[in-house]
Amino acid sequence: MDELQLNMAEEDTQKGRYLIFFIDKESYGIEIKYVTEIIGIQPITSVPEMPDYIKGIINLRGKIIPVIDVRIRFNKESREYGDRSCIIVVDIRDMSVGLIVDSVSEVVTINDEDIADLPIMNKESQNHFVKNIGKVGNEVRLLLDCHKLLTDEDFDSLAVL
Amino acid sequence: MADFYTNDAMVDMFLFETTQLLEQLEQVILISDSDYCYSEETINEIFRIMHTIKGSSAMMMYDEISDLAHTIEDLFFYLRQEKPKHYNCSSLNDIILDTIDFVKLELEKIRNNDPVDGKATVLKERLRNFLDELKNSADMQSINIFKAVVYYEDGCEMENIRAFGLVHNLEKFANEIVYFPQDIMDNDSTIEIIRNEGFQIYLKTYKSQEEIYDFLMKTIFLKDLELTRIDEEIYEKVSAGNKDLSGRLNDNLFINDINDDINGESINSNKINSDKINSNNNAGNFEKSNNNTSNPDNVNIFNNFNNQKDPDRLKQKDEKLSDSHTILATQNIISVSVAKLDKLMDLVGEMVIAEAMVLQNPDLEGLELSNFHKAARQLSKITSEIQDMVMSVRMVPLSATFHRMNRIVRDMCRKLNKEVTLEIIGEETEVDKNIIEHITDPLMHLVRNAVDHGIESAEERQILGKPLKGKLTLEAKSISSDVHIIVKDDGRGLDKEKILKKAREKNLLTMNDQDMSDSDIYKLILLPGFSTRDDITEFSGRGVGMDVVMKNIDDIGGSILIESEKNKGTQITLKIPLTLAIIDGMNLQVGKSTYTIPTISIKESFKAKEQDIIVDPDGNEMIMVRGQCYPVLRLHKLFKVKTDITELTDGIITMVSQDDKYICIFSDRLLGQQQVVVKTLPEYIKRFMKLKGISGCTLLGDGSISLILDIAGLVNSNK
Repeated sequence: MDELQLNMAEEDTQKGRYLIFFIDKESYGIEIKYVTEIIGIQPITSVPEMPDYIKGIINLRGKIIPVIDVRIRFNKESREYGDRSCIIVVDIRDMSVGLIVDSVSEVVTINDEDIADLPIMNKESQNHFVKNIGKVGNEVRLLLDCHKLLTDEDFDSLAVL
Repeated sequence: MADFYTNDAMVDMFLFETTQLLEQLEQVILISDSDYCYSEETINEIFRIMHTIKGSSAMMMYDEISDLAHTIEDLFFYLRQEKPKHYNCSSLNDIILDTIDFVKLELEKIRNNDPVDGKATVLKERLRNFLDELKNSADMQSINIFKAVVYYEDGCEMENIRAFGLVHNLEKFANEIVYFPQDIMDNDSTIEIIRNEGFQIYLKTYKSQEEIYDFLMKTIFLKDLELTRIDEEIYEKVSAGNKDLSGRLNDNLFINDINDDINGESINSNKINSDKINSNNNAGNFEKSNNNTSNPDNVNIFNNFNNQKDPDRLKQKDEKLSDSHTILATQNIISVSVAKLDKLMDLVGEMVIAEAMVLQNPDLEGLELSNFHKAARQLSKITSEIQDMVMSVRMVPLSATFHRMNRIVRDMCRKLNKEVTLEIIGEETEVDKNIIEHITDPLMHLVRNAVDHGIESAEERQILGKPLKGKLTLEAKSISSDVHIIVKDDGRGLDKEKILKKAREKNLLTMNDQDMSDSDIYKLILLPGFSTRDDITEFSGRGVGMDVVMKNIDDIGGSILIESEKNKGTQITLKIPLTLAIIDGMNLQVGKSTYTIPTISIKESFKAKEQDIIVDPDGNEMIMVRGQCYPVLRLHKLFKVKTDITELTDGIITMVSQDDKYICIFSDRLLGQQQVVVKTLPEYIKRFMKLKGISGCTLLGDGSISLILDIAGLVNSNK
């Protein structure tokens, strides 16, 4: 029972907390419960026959994990990785995946009441990575749906595996 | 049922333990299956296992399992206590095996978090019926329990030693003996007791009263004999309080001396007053015996496991049992989750890399550090030893997998009405844990196929002049870095014509049949959807078997070899790598990427000469080596890697082969050979992999990743 309470407490401290990162000038947030660590850019081994947003695999202390370039995933121009570029390692459905982002800024708490649904847009399909919009002070953060980030619709059926 | 208060660790432990117990149980049953009856040891073993299962499943609140275990326990309790001589062992085996299956199914449900809803009513009913039958028949043939009081002639002297000799002789047909006075050998005053009160013997035996009487009557200097049949309960009381004294009388030398002594004397038993022999139950005697035996010091219990009866047979059985015990024992030694081992191996791998980073640190360059190098050598030695150790920890003997086949063969023989003996050779061969998981299913298929298709019915065998009993051999042996697992039967062999016909019907033929060698034809049976069997049976015939075998073996980088001779039998050899975890690899460089080829598949590496290169009109490149032409595979093209070296003559060619097919792989240069720890690609990456050509990846000394080429995939895709 203690363990259960502990888990709940842990869950509580993570609830509503988001890691904010930047791609270009936009800031995005992902739920902190998915994030296991943030590391600098590592040498990446490319794997043939992969979609272009999957940059390859890296060696994270003996563990081989795939890395995704979030810029390319968002259909933006790729660019050279700099000092500020980071790999956010997330753990989703027991898979570790690295997300390459331009830079990481902070961890913020966004309460439920500050989270708004996406405005309905015409080109809905383009926005399927963004789940909600969060307000922090006067600024707006796009909150991402981690699952969608990893899986194309085409692969959704496979992802069930 | 068990929804509350359970946590995963407990469930895991329960599952693990119970599965292991069931496996033990299965083995014990199968060993005794070939014998007529259970040995005492077996019964105790089964009893113990069932008791444990009962206890733990009751604790986990799986009532149905615990109830069932309880019923079996009851049955074996009866067997243990009553030792009935005649009972139908094989039908009991059937029930127990069914029970095992039932519990296994329930365990599977628990594992998958499904509701544990199986009802074992039928099984319990069967068990109870069996027990009832046993009890009924027991009345006729059960153990007899007698009380005998022996009086010696006055003045015959050494009554205590005579009594001891008598007990020793009785042991031959008694299951248990208790006698009074107990300390006859050590205490001469017992002579007086024997003289006055007679020598009392309580014994359990299969012999009838007459037989025992006849035997006792032969005792020399016998004056008087009382022989009564007594109840189980009374006997229990006599022996129960005295277990601690058991086994005190083991001085064989002494016994032999006495025997010689006694045998030398003439038999004189005519004076016996046979009227005194009571064949009815005598209440008065019971009470007396109770009184006498309430004092534990006075009574000695002699447990006799029928050891002297038939030493050879029992010895064999013992060997078998101890055999199985050693196997079970080795399994008991280790119970660490594989995940932890994997983690440990990762850490060791990292340590090796970290070591390389320290020892080859650029900062050290040009420095004269003799002490440092001494220490470094020591470190390298230890790390490589640790690495070897971790690898060896992952190795498990094949015995458990092999013995599982016993069960399959037995079940199938029952259903198909065939007689097959299974011979197991080299079960101690060790392979990596992961490999075991991959070969269990294929082996099962092969064994089923062999029994179902391979081995003929007894009548057919008789006509062919073969021994009526079919023989199936399961053999494992290590050959260099491979393990060969051979499944061999002495059945009808593969029918080439039939295979070809079927293949033609199903359009599976890719070559002209005249061009096909025997082994090519046999390999056809490995194709999906192929079955020579016309009708579908419970065990095989759907044509899904062999391609599953093929796939599983392929997955672990193994290969299959089929040999067959008509009416002589079929031999299928699975060649599998010793371990998936570590291979000897050759590292190649292409552009900035590194690739690793398992050294085992490399035939040779060479620089190509201009005149050996051939290009056909389609642009396919080939290379001529010693008069043979081989296709060239450019890695940089295949994997779309940028490199400056695009001329075949500039780079290096590595010829690799798999299943007698050859290709030449073109790369920039060779980096050298090393042992590499194989890691699988992340699930996420595999999902996108359309290309057959990469089987995994590995970490190089500098921490960078190298992709391991899947030679079988490359060879076949290049066809």
